[in-house]
Amino acid sequence: MKNGFAVFSAVLVALGASWLGFVVAPIMQLGTAKQVTVLNSSDTYPLQRTGNATRGLQVYRANGCAACHTEQVRQDNVICNVFVTSLGKNSNAVWKITSDIFSKNQKLAGQSALRKLVFDLSRQMDEFGSHVWEVSKNDADADADKITAAGGKVEIHIVPIGADISRGWGIRQSVAADYLYDYPVQLGSLRAGPDLSNIGARDPDLNWQLVHLYAPQALVKGSAMPPFRFLFEIRKINTGDAPSPDALQFPKDFASPAGCEVVPKPEAKQLASYLLSLRQDAPLYEAPFTPVMAKP
Amino acid sequence: MNSAENNLVCTAKIDASCRVPLLALFGGSALWLVIGLVLALLASLTFHAPKMFAQCPYATYGHLAPAANDLLVYGFAIPAALGVVLWIFARLSRAELVMPLVPAVAANLWHLGVFIGLATILCGGSSGFTWLEFPRASAMLLGVSFVLIAISAIATFGQRKERVLYPSHWFLLAALLWFPWIYSTANLFLVTTWPVRGMAQAVINWWFANNLVFVWLALVGVSVAFYFLPKIAGRPLQSRLYALFVFWTLILFGTWAGIPQGAPVPAWLPTTSAFASLLLIIPFVAIAVIVIKTVCGADVICKGGPFCYLKFGMAAFILSGLMLIAEACPQYSRVLEFTWFGAAQTQLQILGFFAIVICGAIYEILPRVMGFGLPFPKFVRLQHWLFMLGIVLWAGSLAVGGVEQGMKLANPQTAFADSTSIALIFLRAGTTGLFVLLLGSLLFAANIFVMTIKWKLALFKSVIAYIKSPLETSSVTASLRRDQGEVKP
Repeated sequence: MKNGFAVFSAVLVALGASWLGFVVAPIMQLGTAKQVTVLNSSDTYPLQRTGNATRGLQVYRANGCAACHTEQVRQDNVICNVFVTSLGKNSNAVWKITSDIFSKNQKLAGQSALRKLVFDLSRQMDEFGSHVWEVSKNDADADADKITAAGGKVEIHIVPIGADISRGWGIRQSVAADYLYDYPVQLGSLRAGPDLSNIGARDPDLNWQLVHLYAPQALVKGSAMPPFRFLFEIRKINTGDAPSPDALQFPKDFASPAGCEVVPKPEAKQLASYLLSLRQDAPLYEAPFTPVMAKP
Repeated sequence: MNSAENNLVCTAKIDASCRVPLLALFGGSALWLVIGLVLALLASLTFHAPKMFAQCPYATYGHLAPAANDLLVYGFAIPAALGVVLWIFARLSRAELVMPLVPAVAANLWHLGVFIGLATILCGGSSGFTWLEFPRASAMLLGVSFVLIAISAIATFGQRKERVLYPSHWFLLAALLWFPWIYSTANLFLVTTWPVRGMAQAVINWWFANNLVFVWLALVGVSVAFYFLPKIAGRPLQSRLYALFVFWTLILFGTWAGIPQGAPVPAWLPTTSAFASLLLIIPFVAIAVIVIKTVCGADVICKGGPFCYLKFGMAAFILSGLMLIAEACPQYSRVLEFTWFGAAQTQLQILGFFAIVICGAIYEILPRVMGFGLPFPKFVRLQHWLFMLGIVLWAGSLAVGGVEQGMKLANPQTAFADSTSIALIFLRAGTTGLFVLLLGSLLFAANIFVMTIKWKLALFKSVIAYIKSPLETSSVTASLRRDQGEVKP
């Protein structure tokens, strides 16, 4: 490298390559993304937020909530639950095949973490009377083929697994499609507070969200979250006046200001409706899962 | 006059030509360093007393933490780096700084931009993108002033007597081209009326953050070390070829790092990033070899002086680089992502590596540029110890706390509250570390401000003396003659 031009060319090559790779290519691949269709349905996903929730995203940005909260669920793997729903006409043969596969899985159970999980869950599910085991996608397909060939009927349920999902923070991993309408996209990089990508599905109660913003420690003992009191107004209740319909309903053991009511300012309502709009619960091509019907 | 004396006079002239712009750049950056650390301290106090700022919309953690980070990078690191770049270019070219008033004015514009940005973030006007929180107005100011300073630096570079480039030249020229490119790209795609859609925003944001905090700071910090280490050690850089190797590998691999492993994007993005980050081990080893070979065997005792600053800074750089690689390994990233570990790596890069290297360089440069010694030479040593202690406490406890927090998070059987409470224990040590760092930065600011005041007083006195002094006889007679000439037809 003898002169300035050589350095200039080096920068052009090195930074130019990564500019093409990490700026231009993502714009072409992700920046042109459109709504997608939900698996096994004609619904489109994601839906545009309502006005209040859209404004709430800006309140979330302005207060820097993403400094402590992430909006992203990760998953480790996907497992398949195989349900034998009917033994069919040739029930003895199907039963034999089913129990062979089942005992084979039980033998393999000790060998890997995935199999072990299979074993525990399947024993538990067995008590419900259906024959269930959990295996990887390929094994599940092979098992299902054997049973259907003998005349039985089989259902395969896809279940994502991982620490975030076990915590109940989501049903499946987050994918690029979840953030299509966000500006700015606020994934966050620190979990000083819990993940919020499905907070709307986890705590759908508006009053809970507002009280939590006003006094987090009243609802979550030992929470490290700072209260956002400036988003609320404390009004004196004059005798004879009807209380505001928006006033917060506090839990019984919380010492709310005496003779006053706490009313959310518009920003607080917007922020809460943004939080309620956060739910990543549609099965997609790149993040499949089988929706579980509520047990009767 | 023999050639050695001639050289001495020439060097003094070169140093003097940098005086005004360097004071403007260093003075502002010292102020922002102090304010940035105060804000960081307040932010971390929020964790110990959550209700502290409940009534104050300006001081939520989400305002203070990004504001503190931006002040450390845009307020302190970049202007201080630019000052050092101007001086190194002038010295390497053996020419006086070209257009010294341009960077002096640009420095003030830059600091104005940072001030507007800070005020906007505290009022809730942050753009919501990491490292790009500043609004458009201050982004424009920063961009224009950077280009102005770069023009002056490159013009000085063009004046060089020795045509062959020194290794520091490569890194610094690259850094001058780097910033306008990444900053304009990121701002034009993200902080505009027509931003790109969806997750493309996040990817561009990661690309920018990595190119700014890792690559840019590394380019400048490493080249400053490559300039001063041989100078202080009194032996040549070991060797030019290794340095060329470092330059190429650093810019080729470094630019592709920075996409988190669990990111909800198509898999090729994090995979490429992980591979590039792993390859970064090559420049890190090469840098370590260069530093060790240059420093070892030198007959210099550092005693907490600038030599110590540079050595500690380079060690911190290697360590923060290894932390970057750890974050890019998929199985470690499962635990480390979304914890304090990421913050620890960034803080080690900014404060442990860059701030220390640049402070050491400034302590070397300032006495030469000003023509008189530091007002508090003992503070240099004291600041070194304070910074070392502060960094170990701040970044170290965040890193260990991050690992602990990550282990708890990865195990769904432990409650989420456990992961926060274990991190809080380490944050306490971290907050103490920040306080120690703040003390160190106050010493730095004291040296720079007292020097500026001394210089301004001396300037004022010399102006007064000039006004009061009687005119020379020759000039009086000359003006008389001219007057007579005008009177006579």
